[in-house]
Amino acid sequence: MESEKNHIVPYRTFLIVLAILIVLTLVSVFVTNIYLGALTVFIALLIATIKSTFVLRVFMHLKFDNKMFTVLVAGVAILLALVIIITLSDYIFR
Amino acid sequence: MSVSVQLHHEEDLISKTGMWLFLLTEMLLFGGLFVVYSVYRYINTDAFHLAASELSVVTGTINTAILLISSSTIAMSITALQKNNKKLSLILLGITILLGLAFLVNKYFEWGHHIKEGIYPGSQILAMRGQGDVLFYGLYFFMTGLHALHIIVGLAFIIIIGSFILKGKVNSGNYVLLENSGLYWHLVDLIWIFLFPLFYLIT
Repeated sequence: MESEKNHIVPYRTFLIVLAILIVLTLVSVFVTNIYLGALTVFIALLIATIKSTFVLRVFMHLKFDNKMFTVLVAGVAILLALVIIITLSDYIFR
Repeated sequence: MSVSVQLHHEEDLISKTGMWLFLLTEMLLFGGLFVVYSVYRYINTDAFHLAASELSVVTGTINTAILLISSSTIAMSITALQKNNKKLSLILLGITILLGLAFLVNKYFEWGHHIKEGIYPGSQILAMRGQGDVLFYGLYFFMTGLHALHIIVGLAFIIIIGSFILKGKVNSGNYVLLENSGLYWHLVDLIWIFLFPLFYLIT
């Protein structure tokens, strides 16, 4: 329990994650310049989701904190994804 | 001693839980706007496509990098305080604040550029360009504006916590407030991670 509370994340971890995030940003800029159509949207959102997972797990300490927070955030993420999918499918198949 | 440590631990957990619950409502707030964006984009695909290509990808990318770096500096500021390095913690918070201000300055010039060209909510020029453009720029100004508002609130939060660290109210034994301000700042970053591709990249 104490280890959970006093977990100190080394500076290096944050710098590595920062480097990954910057690279992913450049990749998404590069990729969206090449591809066109529905695939672009899919790839851009996929990269954004990967990036946000890094921010949530490392920067926001979800990886090291009480797992309750992870469950809550995952719940909201799933809820939002469902709302968007259901709403869009209503418009697409109307 | 162990009882007081445990009480302290529980207090921190409660404080953090409150912050997370608030952040979840923020996610739902922006999530709702993303739903609106997706539907309008689906209905006005071509107009959104053209309007989005008018935004500067370079400015957007720079602003993304600025926010990502600022997120890492505030995260490292927590590590510094945990290691009882108050000075480094404050320096890293200072860098975070400067980066946040740089983001706002970029946004100011970006918005200024659009407004100078007569593109802003309710303008005649925009109305003549059609429904799709009105919707795109309406959402653009509203969502980036709401995001910028969160940056300002986040900066105020960080400045207050910085002053607490200076006074010693927030220290290596009690840093949950710094963690909470960090969480808020990361959320602002998180929202931008989705705003950036939706408005600047998917053209």
